[in-house]
Amino acid sequence: MKKYYVVDEKRKLILTPYEKFIRSVKRCLNTDLISGLAFIINETFKRGNTATIKYPMEKIKLDNRYRAVHRLQRFIESETERCIGCGLCEKICISNCIRMETKLGEDGRKLVSNYSINLGRCIYCGFCAEVCPELAIVHGVEYENAAEQRAYFAHKKDILTPIDDLINQVEFEGSGSLRADADEFVKQTPNYYDVMKEREALIPNSNSSEEKTNKEAKDV
Amino acid sequence: MKININGKECIANEGDYVLQVARANDIFIPAICYLNDCSPTLACRMCMVEVDGKRSYACNTKVKDGMQVLSNTQELWDERNAIMQTYCINHPLQCGVCDKSGECELQNFTHKAKVDTQNHWIKEIDRRHKDWGLLQYDPSLCIVCERCITVCKDKIGDNELKTTARGGDAPDKDFKDTMGKDAYAVWTKFQKSLISPQNDKSLECQECGECVSVCPTGALINKNFQYRSNAWELTRIPASNPHSSDCELLYYDIKQKSIKDNSKMIYRVSNDFHFTTLNKAARFAYDITSDCKGKDTAEFNRLVLLFKENKIKNVKFNSYITNEEAYILELLRAKFGFNLVNNEALCFQEFLKTFCSFAGSFYNASSEDVKKSDFIVIAGSFLRHDNPTLSYKVNNAIVMNKGAGLYFHPIKDTKLSKIAKNFVNVACDYGKEAKVLEFILQYFAKDLPQDLGYIKEAFYEEQIEVEVKSKDAEGNEIKEKQTQTIKKSSLAKELGFDEDKLKDLLLKKSNFTLIVGNDYFYHENAKYLAYLLANIQKSTDFKVMLIPPRTNTLGVSLICKLSKACDGFTMGYNERGDFSFSNDEHNNLASSSLIEQEGTFVNYDTRLVPTNAALSFKGYFLNDLANELGLNAKYTIDYTEQLPKDKGFLNIAFDDLTNYYDNAGNNHRGYLINTCEFVKNLNQELQIPQNQQLACECNKDDVVILANPVGNLSKYTNKSSFFNECASLYASKDYLAKHNLKENSMVKIYDDKDEIIIKVVLDKDIENGAYLPTFDDKINPYKFFKTRRYYALNIKEISHE
Repeated sequence: MKKYYVVDEKRKLILTPYEKFIRSVKRCLNTDLISGLAFIINETFKRGNTATIKYPMEKIKLDNRYRAVHRLQRFIESETERCIGCGLCEKICISNCIRMETKLGEDGRKLVSNYSINLGRCIYCGFCAEVCPELAIVHGVEYENAAEQRAYFAHKKDILTPIDDLINQVEFEGSGSLRADADEFVKQTPNYYDVMKEREALIPNSNSSEEKTNKEAKDV
Repeated sequence: MKININGKECIANEGDYVLQVARANDIFIPAICYLNDCSPTLACRMCMVEVDGKRSYACNTKVKDGMQVLSNTQELWDERNAIMQTYCINHPLQCGVCDKSGECELQNFTHKAKVDTQNHWIKEIDRRHKDWGLLQYDPSLCIVCERCITVCKDKIGDNELKTTARGGDAPDKDFKDTMGKDAYAVWTKFQKSLISPQNDKSLECQECGECVSVCPTGALINKNFQYRSNAWELTRIPASNPHSSDCELLYYDIKQKSIKDNSKMIYRVSNDFHFTTLNKAARFAYDITSDCKGKDTAEFNRLVLLFKENKIKNVKFNSYITNEEAYILELLRAKFGFNLVNNEALCFQEFLKTFCSFAGSFYNASSEDVKKSDFIVIAGSFLRHDNPTLSYKVNNAIVMNKGAGLYFHPIKDTKLSKIAKNFVNVACDYGKEAKVLEFILQYFAKDLPQDLGYIKEAFYEEQIEVEVKSKDAEGNEIKEKQTQTIKKSSLAKELGFDEDKLKDLLLKKSNFTLIVGNDYFYHENAKYLAYLLANIQKSTDFKVMLIPPRTNTLGVSLICKLSKACDGFTMGYNERGDFSFSNDEHNNLASSSLIEQEGTFVNYDTRLVPTNAALSFKGYFLNDLANELGLNAKYTIDYTEQLPKDKGFLNIAFDDLTNYYDNAGNNHRGYLINTCEFVKNLNQELQIPQNQQLACECNKDDVVILANPVGNLSKYTNKSSFFNECASLYASKDYLAKHNLKENSMVKIYDDKDEIIIKVVLDKDIENGAYLPTFDDKINPYKFFKTRRYYALNIKEISHE
């Protein structure tokens, strides 16, 4: 597909008075002017037709890729927090505004006891969401972060999906999220060996085991 | 001798391993399992090199002159890649939450060997976490490099870890053809074994935490640190161990306390484990700072006024203090004329002065000499309890040099005598301290001064029956019993020691070290002991080492003019006094702890080592007081340069001092004190002290000694949440049986004047004795122990009726 045109510097300019006259007559008699005028009048007198929104009662719906104030997601199935406390967001944050507290949880797993983002420093670059291996920290839609003071913190309790609101949690589609066909890129791990062996025992005479395992892997 | 590694000419010593030479010359050869000063285990095989065209392992190949070593060929890296691949089989991908992430050697070498695929698989097995007291062991992260086992055996001496069966499948034989030989061998071993405590359940060690420190992965982890911080968030502050006189190099890893509290906190203590070992106190007693809210001006002004009006007659302090502070106190003493009171340092100082003036030099052994020696005698020290780090060095020497040794102490320390068969515990009686030294002189001295002539004559004759073979007139062999008279040392007999044994112990030994500890410094006969010791240094092959009892006892002894307390107002610096300027809980004015201070210590190797402040202190430093009283220095460390030259200090500024070990293990910490200068300026009268005959006043079964349990060295370590114990009487099993006591029962210990009521606790690692600790401020054992470290105390169980 041709996306650009070479400017023809040698093209002939319309210069004769006759040609100029013909051009202006054509433009005057064309209906474009009238139809344009009609559209404007029509739009002007339409009811409830305004570009101005009544903020804060009305808000614009932002695109998925807009990077607003962060959210901490939960697993929908188990309701547990996705954040494992690896600290990569803290490490990668170029404005140094993320800080987290972790400890040994009662279940023997790493527990993120608190999490904070200094929104006065955050430049909404999205690196934290990009680096998060668990898709736990994502960008939300909350863009109203004017505050009386510069340092304005979001703590874990502010940004973590509340349990009773879990049903409304949507999978993030912005920067850092998985691509739609991500499943196809998952490689079979050595741990899959166990499953594979069990299945092989169940299915006798499996000639094309290679193909089968691949298929089964997808099934799992 | 010269060898060539990767085209670089390196100078090596006879007996060095290739790996050591490479490291000393900054040539990188990967190795996971090898630890400096330990025997090579050859578990990881990563250090494979080509020596003159042949494959061998750098960690256990000794150098030969003109050797050609290659460590970087593609072939070797392919093999290493295969080995690293086997380590990654079924290794959980939990780097995100693993505590070692960021400082994990498995991560590092996986990247270094460029592992990007996994071609092998094996069935997963049950790998549940194991709870070992302070530690947690995660078998799934363990790569069985056996570093923990090696360090525990070769350095620490507890020997508390072993390998055990893992119970995994053997790798498929098909892999043998597709992967390298070494990789397959490593994998097979890795599938077979796992680490476990000697008794399979829990660790019964002194909990020094060195195994955690050396673990290359997150398999062994301290529970108190687990999941609290990532390695990369912590700031490392180099410092020196403030709890004992080894003053080993350690790092405080600090980070902000929490989201709300921005002030710094120590999360853990780490060390350069190839070259230093830390004891339990150094590793765990770091949360000992008191919460000082700010400057208490009123109390401070009161203290200044007390000084200015010359009301203070005594300043009592202890040796947990930096050289700079000691020097400030000394300057103030010169200005205001009060007494500097520090009994423990005074005893040590007098002992040292007597020793130096008779020996004509300072004590001449350092911990480095201990590590090199193959015959070690320890006298007058309850070593593992007094200075755990030195006991590690003794263990290291005896294990690595196939050494032997004698340990003269009435209480048998079973852990110490387990080091080797040739390390003999001689249970000499209390009161026979002088006899030990006299025996050493008798046996080893080349020529003795005249006034010690009686030692030469301390022999007795013994008749023994010997079988003599001879032939009768007909040529038949007959055995005849004859009596022979032989000369035997009466000193050895008094010590209850068979001197014939010594001959076997001394076979092929050439480096001798004598270590002397607390018992002798606090002894009422200390002067005579010091005199004997000086003669040992002068006239035998022994190198002599004194263990300064507290962190900076040596520094204080060098710098301060100490005296006994007189009547009058006492200011206690870090001690209790009429006015306490102290970091204890009961103080008038808060002072900083050693973790909050910059300064220097003098360690037992007579080395001045710097330490940095890990945390900030908001209150008044001693320097603030000094400035108010007419001295002038912006920071305490301005005094480092001014430390007295005639005592052996060099005028080097604090900021010019270095604090590290280089790759070859050379010590670059601070500088060595010029001890000749100190000895030269000693104005000690040379009056040969007399051996005092001590009245043996007691029933020996009742004797209790003054010692702390291993690791809990002082009231400062006990402030830490890891210790925080109540003082008990720690007794051996036979002591309990002798006195008819039950474990954990309350007892009264008393003499004719005083008594203490205390719990009695069993210490499994000792035999034939009991000890009373000093770490608890609430119980004062010093009311019994005045001139010696041991005392016969009556003991009675209190019934609950």
